[in-house]
Amino acid sequence: MAEHISGTFQKSHLRRFHQAKWDEPIIFEMSRKGLRGILVPEVEYEITDKVGDVLALLPEKMIRKESANLPELSQPQVLRHYIRLSQENLGTDVNIDVGQGTCTMKYSPKVNDQLARSAKLAEVHPLQDQTTLQGILEIMYRFEEMLKEISGMDRFSLQPGGGSAAIYTNAAIMRAYHASRGESGKRDEIITTIFSHPSNAACAKTAGFRVITLYPDENGYPEVEGLKAAVSERTAGLMITNPEDTGIFNPEIDKFVEIVHEAGGLCAYDQANANGILGITRAKQADFDLCHFNLHKTFSSPHGSGGPAVGASGVREELTRFLPVPLVAFDGDHFYLDYDLPDSIGKVGPFYGVAPVILRAYAWVMSLGEAGLREVSEVAVLNNNYLLNKILKIRGVSAPFAKGKSRIEQVRYSWETLFMETGVHSEEIGLRAADFGVHYWTSHHPFIVPEPCTLEPTESYSKEELDEYVAILEHVAEEAYREPELVKSAPHNSTIHSIDHTSLDDPGRWAMTWRAYKRKVLNQLAV
Amino acid sequence: MKRLGLVINPIAGLGGKVGLKGSDGWAVQAQARALGAIPEALNRTVAALKKIQPIAADIEVITFPGEMGAAACQVCGLEATIIGVIQPGQTTGNDTRRAAEQMMAREVSLLLFAGGDGTARDVYTAVGEQQPALGIPAGVKIHSAVFGVNPDRAGELARAYLEGKSTSLRKGEVLDIDEQAYWQGVISAKLYGYLQVPFRIRMIQSQKSASQPGENALLDAIACRVVEEMEPDSIYLVGPGTTTRAITDKLGLEKTLLGVDAVINGGSLAMDVNEMQILKLIEGRPAKIILAPIGGQGFLLGRGNQQISAKVIQQIGRDSQDLKDHILVVSTPDKINALKGRPLLVDTGDKAVDQRLAGYIKLISGYDEAIIYKVSD
Repeated sequence: MAEHISGTFQKSHLRRFHQAKWDEPIIFEMSRKGLRGILVPEVEYEITDKVGDVLALLPEKMIRKESANLPELSQPQVLRHYIRLSQENLGTDVNIDVGQGTCTMKYSPKVNDQLARSAKLAEVHPLQDQTTLQGILEIMYRFEEMLKEISGMDRFSLQPGGGSAAIYTNAAIMRAYHASRGESGKRDEIITTIFSHPSNAACAKTAGFRVITLYPDENGYPEVEGLKAAVSERTAGLMITNPEDTGIFNPEIDKFVEIVHEAGGLCAYDQANANGILGITRAKQADFDLCHFNLHKTFSSPHGSGGPAVGASGVREELTRFLPVPLVAFDGDHFYLDYDLPDSIGKVGPFYGVAPVILRAYAWVMSLGEAGLREVSEVAVLNNNYLLNKILKIRGVSAPFAKGKSRIEQVRYSWETLFMETGVHSEEIGLRAADFGVHYWTSHHPFIVPEPCTLEPTESYSKEELDEYVAILEHVAEEAYREPELVKSAPHNSTIHSIDHTSLDDPGRWAMTWRAYKRKVLNQLAV
Repeated sequence: MKRLGLVINPIAGLGGKVGLKGSDGWAVQAQARALGAIPEALNRTVAALKKIQPIAADIEVITFPGEMGAAACQVCGLEATIIGVIQPGQTTGNDTRRAAEQMMAREVSLLLFAGGDGTARDVYTAVGEQQPALGIPAGVKIHSAVFGVNPDRAGELARAYLEGKSTSLRKGEVLDIDEQAYWQGVISAKLYGYLQVPFRIRMIQSQKSASQPGENALLDAIACRVVEEMEPDSIYLVGPGTTTRAITDKLGLEKTLLGVDAVINGGSLAMDVNEMQILKLIEGRPAKIILAPIGGQGFLLGRGNQQISAKVIQQIGRDSQDLKDHILVVSTPDKINALKGRPLLVDTGDKAVDQRLAGYIKLISGYDEAIIYKVSD
């Protein structure tokens, strides 16, 4: 049998993963009236004698009429609850996490976490006097210098609290730029591509623009002719990812920028995921006006379940006057917060950036140096193309667009052939992979590639680990042809068998909060 | 208990494997059988029913005898209530229509039918837009947007619908091409109407993916944009389809679903006009055309809207460099994505006009959204 298995990882060596199962209720269901985690001692007489009743100092309007509807539990109950939940998981530190393409799930060295947790950072507050925050301000200042070098842009704001916030910032800067030239009502269209990250279209719309989307040809990126049909005197700008979410790099990107510039628009480069181009190409080289980086992707700060994050937004010199305030500046003696930007779009987040995220990213860049950053990208691209070559040998899988060509840092694969031949969906393959201790998700929209999965191996995984991942997919694909029901009924060793996610399509049924769950699922009226 | 109606057109697909262009008419069927053709409908239906079999205890299946349904149920071990009478080996579209009518009368939740475009047309004739229905693709011609992509998927979708997991319905186009003409090498497709088809945005959804608004909200958004952009004193020729119907809905006007209506200054000018009538209407007056891609093939012109002929288009664009300036194309992104990269098609019968329409065109795909897409002649 072994000769059928790719790489060095033989079938008998596939990990059989078995997840802990605790049948754990939702924390609200565990609540018992009167239980407390911490009993706060009564305020001592010596204090009340001096300051009186603290509650009386609060304005009437700020005092709750009823207690907040929070679960009531003891401290060890809370501890056990969350430790159990953490075991019912297939998180990034236990699996070969290449299955969340576009997310750049690289390994974030723990030493950077230690730095972020040190009291020197954890115990400062952004409202402290600036003279007492010189250390973290210096790190922010120096880190901005690094981003300037990496991108070729002239100034960065570290304030946006995520990738979409940075894209929104860039759209707002475009809006302010055109308004400053007396063209605010006139230039109302943003051009993007269907495989640019969907946040580009979404944020442009949020900023009040109309969105024009280009579709790829068989090369996997749009033709210049398509862009020419899109630009007009209404063009405000281009917001584009490159490489796109398919991992395909548009080699005509400089022409795209030129055409949009000629039409009077600005160009923003979504570099949320810059993992394939660090030290290889820069936004400036294609003449972009704006760009952004996700520090929680490329710069190795962990994704913390939707936050905290930083989307660093960078611009050319002539657009710096529109950046959010404050910027971190240096007067030769001291680092300080510069609010003196009369044309600023204002604030896009609190304070001046999520300090622990910036510190981790700074430490990561410092540990690698210039050559190290380029090596990150070279290894990430090599890993991806190694994976691509091995995966395309698996029966039933393909990589739509740009047939026979290399990709940059990720690939959107399609299991369409396997589905047509076996009836097994991509999602079911991802779930069966969980029985072997790895997983993937089936990619975000647009839903153009049928039965998709997007793999992004980053620089973090060894050849052996990639071989193991491929061996698992190959094994599952073989199972799909031999015994489809086994795959369709997976996962077999996980906490929850599988979830019916049809409610995610249905506003009448989806429930993001306990209150919504009670109303929509348990049919209890809202309190 | 939910009821499932099942109708099989037993001769569907007969012509396909032997290279014939359809299975309509006794002569063709005899020729196909002589060439060794085997009807595909039974096997394909069985494949779909296997997906429904696990919920057999929770549903009641109602079907016609023998090859029109009962036999397939038997193969899958599905108990079924058998109604109606047929003449084995000699069923026609009449039987399909009869069966569909009787099943609707028995209030089935879903009418599952196996066949091709002709079968879909028969079902539509019998039940109109009143009855949720879904096709198992088994015919030679599958142009209508009422079929699952394959029998498995049709079965899965039917099951999800019966279980109440997927309750959305959308109007799918029933298209058929004239086989007589097709045999002469001329493609002439006609839009016959719309069936209510269960619909699921994607079976594969992930946590990170955003949900789309319902199709109706999207159609309304497209219509809002078009109505806002309408110019005074210009005639708008509104092509067939539900996407374009949303525009007349917005204006509070009636729409000929399968025909072309003329609108001016927000009011109706003429309904269900043919080529000659259009040419007369637009003589010496500014006019624009509003089109939606038709069916799974992505035809913009030449299928189901032949009234908007090459002559009409030339007349409308008489003083213009770019004919495309006079055509507003509307489409939901779903419809474009379903083309999987294939270009939109034009076939007006006049090569020169087709060539002038080829290239890139802007489609209105939402209130604040447009798509630039390739058109091929």
